[in-house]
Amino acid sequence: MSDLKPRYDLAVIGAGPAGLAAATLAAQRGLSTVLLDEQRAPGGQIYRAVTQTPVKNPSVLGSDYWHGADLVGPFRDSGADYAPGSTVWSVSRSLDIGLSRDGAARVLPARHIILATGAIERPFPIPGWTLPGVMGAGAAQILLKTSGLVASGNVVLAGTGPLLWLLAWQYLRAGARIDVILDTTPRENWRQAMPHMGAFARSGYVAKGLKLLLEVRRKVKVIGNVTSLKAEGDGRVQSVLYRQGDGAEQRLPADTLLLHHGVIPNINLANATGCAQNWDEAQRCWVPTVDAWGATSVEGVSIAGDGAGIGGALAAEHRGRLAALDALHRLGVLDRATRDRDAAPHREALDKAQRGREFLDTLYSPAKDFRVPQDETIVCRCEEVTAKQVRDAVKLGVSGPNQTKSFLRCGMGPCQGRLCGPTVVEVIADARGVSPAEVGYYRLRPPVKPITLAELASLPKAEDEIAAVMHH
Amino acid sequence: MFQRLPNASGERVSFTIDGRAAEALSGDSVAAALIANGVQTCRATPVSGAPRAPYCMMGVCFDCLVTIDDVGNQQGCLVRVRPGMRVETQNGKREIER
Amino acid sequence: MTQTTRSDYDVAVIGGGLVGSAIAWGLAQHGQKVAILDEGDIAVRPSRGNFALVWVQGKGLGLPEYAGWTKRSADNWTGFSAQLREQTGIDVCYERPGGFLPLLSEAEMEHRANQLKRLHNQPNVVRYDYEMMDRAAVAKEMPFIGKDVVGASYCPLDGHCNSLKLLRALHTGISLSGVAYLPNHRVERIEQREGGFRMVTASGEVRSGKVVIAAGHDGRRLAPMVGLDAPVRPERGHIIVTEKTAPFLKFPVGFIRQTDEGGVMIGDSFEDVGLDTTVRNGVTSTIADRAIRIFPLLGKLNVVRTWAALRVLTPDGFPIYEQSTSMPGAFVATCHSGVTLAANHALALAPHIAAGGLPDEFTAFSARRFHVPAAA
Repeated sequence: MSDLKPRYDLAVIGAGPAGLAAATLAAQRGLSTVLLDEQRAPGGQIYRAVTQTPVKNPSVLGSDYWHGADLVGPFRDSGADYAPGSTVWSVSRSLDIGLSRDGAARVLPARHIILATGAIERPFPIPGWTLPGVMGAGAAQILLKTSGLVASGNVVLAGTGPLLWLLAWQYLRAGARIDVILDTTPRENWRQAMPHMGAFARSGYVAKGLKLLLEVRRKVKVIGNVTSLKAEGDGRVQSVLYRQGDGAEQRLPADTLLLHHGVIPNINLANATGCAQNWDEAQRCWVPTVDAWGATSVEGVSIAGDGAGIGGALAAEHRGRLAALDALHRLGVLDRATRDRDAAPHREALDKAQRGREFLDTLYSPAKDFRVPQDETIVCRCEEVTAKQVRDAVKLGVSGPNQTKSFLRCGMGPCQGRLCGPTVVEVIADARGVSPAEVGYYRLRPPVKPITLAELASLPKAEDEIAAVMHH
Repeated sequence: MFQRLPNASGERVSFTIDGRAAEALSGDSVAAALIANGVQTCRATPVSGAPRAPYCMMGVCFDCLVTIDDVGNQQGCLVRVRPGMRVETQNGKREIER
Repeated sequence: MTQTTRSDYDVAVIGGGLVGSAIAWGLAQHGQKVAILDEGDIAVRPSRGNFALVWVQGKGLGLPEYAGWTKRSADNWTGFSAQLREQTGIDVCYERPGGFLPLLSEAEMEHRANQLKRLHNQPNVVRYDYEMMDRAAVAKEMPFIGKDVVGASYCPLDGHCNSLKLLRALHTGISLSGVAYLPNHRVERIEQREGGFRMVTASGEVRSGKVVIAAGHDGRRLAPMVGLDAPVRPERGHIIVTEKTAPFLKFPVGFIRQTDEGGVMIGDSFEDVGLDTTVRNGVTSTIADRAIRIFPLLGKLNVVRTWAALRVLTPDGFPIYEQSTSMPGAFVATCHSGVTLAANHALALAPHIAAGGLPDEFTAFSARRFHVPAAA
């Protein structure tokens, strides 16, 4: 770990593919660059633990995973400073970064900031999803990558999306057991996705994806067209109830239930910084509004990778390089023409990496019943608020998530809406009969991750800031 | 219920869970170490007392909160397990003194 | 949207925050047919930034009537919260354990003692108990105070509640009482029409016999439309809240209190910055630093949220309650103590508005007090 300089030309937040690629390019081109990351090792979630996984057999995690090592090597040689274990809890409009390392907070100024905060799993609120033994498929994948841990006993995977199938494939490669996959991909998605099939067929994903799907389907029982899910158990999950189509409810024993229905941008830091955001109907999530270089509405703040809309790991690294080139231009190192010229190969690679995205977005778009849960389902895990409570608040005249916050504490817990925001927005939109675009999203404020009061108290204070409190 | 892959390599780390001796691998987060040791519930919520266990493993959900070396409400998935570490599961609200 | 809502109400209350909803609730209990015209999900909403104190001590220096009004509301709070609970099933968690204002130097002690003495020496001011406590007396109640705490002022009438539950209880009560809550109805214009009022809003027109402007900062724009004046300005205050913690702090301590749910709320700050609600880390840092000086054990707690909101301040800091003389039936109500005064707004102010006029006791709260030419 490097000691931090007092300030940097460029600070990159998040050491996944976008952040690694951005920091590498910027440092190679002479910017004083720091890469700040909450994790202890580079890779983000997609390449989590790529430098130190205990799973040494390369065929378990697959070649796409090991590509992450190709990003870490050049980063280490780039001259960029690297600060793992650094939680960024604030980015101000004046480009001061509030960060916390080893229990000590500080403010780090930068001339340009690239947020590469990546994606989180889309919350999957079903009855019983708060029970121990129910977790995200992404969480299970992290346990596999970092610790070589796999679920045992009766293991059920449920949901939709590429990551679900990838995890199943990795589990099978690792020799782990999966009882059944409950596929919630809505039937009609296939029909809607067909027009995008052509582009997908020309993408690099199709052959790989098909092979993976076939291998999983050959070895695991897959129950398709699942329309309802419920986890049950006394103190922890013991069984999964599901319905196929409009059939009768079935029960499966389960010690572990792994849920997944896609990923969405991790927008909390961008939102708290004040970056404008918009509703993406195709990906059904709020995304920060960015231009072709990842620049946001806040001067000096860009976003690269999935944090600015889901594009996948390969796209993320190209988006990282584009954002870095734009930062070089904005900081006066590259003129516009040079930036554009140097960006051309990365843009081409990005276009190629994004080919077929519409097909995946459409095919794996989660069904409404799983986005807009039934009354008894908990939507806010922190404050334990149910969908019914949100609907009742709408009946009182609440029109958006900031008011449900005041009425129900929904979104006020430590996760700051990450696990409830998308659902609350969908429930309000459904109850009001309007688009989520009209409903809006939480207005977030720093700290976006908890810091201790003592850490907060230790920060530098300007005279007028002290006067605002003490001289009244 | 999770188990370690037989060929998972790494250094052994000794620590305690609620005072009992436990072992983990050096790359494990506290949350992973708890899961590896068969701990099924790491806390009861401060709102209803419902049991919870790690859900996201990436610092987002705050369901893996535990007391580490006498400091409450630590995100177990973001802290590496260290030799001699004392990890305690939590019951309800954090105490002010720890 | 251009749809027209043609409804008739006895009263239209403009503003759905704590002031507006308390008045609307009170009006409805007096049989009035009421509509609340409110903005949408994103609005200035000062009442979302309150500190949930029902606070008496130190209030009213310069306007003795305000000391009386405040005490009366605090006294009304027990009955008010009971009424809300009975009607809605929501316990707003009002408690009156007495409140401390901690003081960190001998100079602060002296200043506070003088301030309270001057307040209570005003002619015709309401009588109630308060006490200047030295460090030992404070430590007897709260042994965990920091070494910098020199003493505190204490008043047994001070208390606090859960203001989010108060907001929800009021809105639930309003709904049960048949009040029409109309969100996304930002009022563009108010016109006097046929012995009543016509409000042109973002979502159509609303007509009513009377109108109450309880619109916080927007009162400044709206009041002159009905011959009233609400010269308010925003003052930004920051608040920090910690994770839920097992109960350790029984008393509200000025700018530090533990909520019924366990979180510790820590304030506050005072900045004149217009309608900007950006959080400044240097301000929250100063607030955190002071809180740790008062209660060192707070230092370990995790901060889960901070926010900034805008107090609605009149030039002298006291409320304005007034009926228009040029357009009778139009009222304005504005203050920055929407929680403390909620009981009075519901139980003592609303009945007069329902009856059609404010009695003499409200004269002291007229905005005319700002129109007196400065002494030569």
